[in-house]
Amino acid sequence: MAATLQPYLTAVKNTLTAAMCLQNFESQVVERHNKPEVEVRSSKELLLIPVVISRNEKEKVLIESSINSLRISIAVKQADEIEKILCHKFMRFMMMRAENFVVLRRKPVKGYDISFLITNFHTEQMYKHKLVDFIIHFMEEIDKEISDMKISVNSRARICAEEFLKNF
Amino acid sequence: MAEKHSFGVTPITCHTWNGDRSQVCLSLNNSDVKIYKKNGQSWAETATLVEHGQRVTSIDWAPQTNRIVTCGADRNAYVWSMVEGKWKPSLVLLRINRSATFVQFSPKENKFAVGSGARLISICYFESENNWWVSKHIKKPIRSTVSCLDWHPNNILLAAGSTDFKARVFSAYIKDVEEKPSPTSWGSKMTFGNLMAEFSNGEGGWVHSVAFSASGDKLAWTGHDSSLSVANAASGQTLNVVKGNFLPLFSTTWVTENSLVVVGFDCVPKLFSLDDRGALTFISDLDQPKEKESQKSSARAIFQSRDQKDTTEIFSYELKTQHQNTITQVSVYSGTRSNCSKFSTSGVDGNIVVWDFKSLEGSIGGLRIK
Repeated sequence: MAATLQPYLTAVKNTLTAAMCLQNFESQVVERHNKPEVEVRSSKELLLIPVVISRNEKEKVLIESSINSLRISIAVKQADEIEKILCHKFMRFMMMRAENFVVLRRKPVKGYDISFLITNFHTEQMYKHKLVDFIIHFMEEIDKEISDMKISVNSRARICAEEFLKNF
Repeated sequence: MAEKHSFGVTPITCHTWNGDRSQVCLSLNNSDVKIYKKNGQSWAETATLVEHGQRVTSIDWAPQTNRIVTCGADRNAYVWSMVEGKWKPSLVLLRINRSATFVQFSPKENKFAVGSGARLISICYFESENNWWVSKHIKKPIRSTVSCLDWHPNNILLAAGSTDFKARVFSAYIKDVEEKPSPTSWGSKMTFGNLMAEFSNGEGGWVHSVAFSASGDKLAWTGHDSSLSVANAASGQTLNVVKGNFLPLFSTTWVTENSLVVVGFDCVPKLFSLDDRGALTFISDLDQPKEKESQKSSARAIFQSRDQKDTTEIFSYELKTQHQNTITQVSVYSGTRSNCSKFSTSGVDGNIVVWDFKSLEGSIGGLRIK
């Protein structure tokens, strides 16, 4: 599995590096505003063509870019019910604390589990290569995290069931 | 190889030098404009120009008349002139309702042009009766934010790049202030606002910068599709496009009649040349990092990075290039566009770097600038 994960992450990494070429850009529609164009979508010439990179049907990444902002949405592998619930709870936990994660968006884009919004202000404050590394690291860890949780939930359930069934 | 001047960690929006290069005027990504004077090795702040209400987007310093023009996201532009040792602003009637994006004095310094998000260019000139700067608008056929401008050496023509993927050449002839222009290779009909040429390199890409060569015959522009294009008016507006596997290019300037220095998201200045047959080629990166001595993985280094960065990896976070982030501007430091010996770059990392061609030629094998 690791062998197929690597090319997927490399593809995401290269696409992100190319997409994260952002500049400060004042709104040309609303006076004295400066909003992420990928969110407001006010002028279509300022948006780039979105890219989807998918590893399989369930695991995919959507990268939407614009002149001053970039939105990356990740669909995480969910093989069964438990993984679905775990993923949902985990993402919810993080998105409720979105302001602490700086680049995290409060709501995922439809069809995806989690979205990040990176604007030119983030690329001005942080190293770009580190931002890209962060997203890649997140994608690496999230699968691991969810399978770990699944194992611990399962083993706990087994112990509970054992203890419960001892009574009979 | 290159002199590096640091002005903190905040991005330098833009920088401009005065006539004798002893002072630099820059904006650190906010509404103030600062002027620094070189004091030995360090820079001493001599003035802060406070008038803008929002982020300053562009500055230009006229070398002969010693005036500074600034424009900002607050839709205003100011012309600053030295009166009794102090910089005094005078308001410019831009008549725009979106942010101003780019400003540049014309070569004779009697006019300047301001690009804006209102999809128009204001050509401003001084009206002495009222003692203010008034403007005329060029509107058609611009369909998106004007991102960059450059004056032709004849003081009449103006190149503009815009986020509608096109580079254009306009006539900015104002009959109130100047004499009837003589024809150029770009055409002879020069009524105000006349579109002399319009270029698209075929594919999409916001135009980030435009530059006329010293003769005024060649126009170069860079696009977000990682392309550099050159149109040559002297040979029937032929178009030369070069694309590479580098990140988009943000700013460009001519350093000889046939060579350009281009900077961008790659954090390295690049040199491009037109060869004898007129084909545009990539020559070399001008910042070739020396391999740093291999990192010793001493216990001390590991614990130090544990302590400071909460990580066991001891690789440095820094890039090996001079600039640590996107370079947003390149300008000629000494010499002219036909014969440049030093150029300066500024970027998002808060540094201005001055590069010397002589030492670059010495350190990069086989590099010759024609």
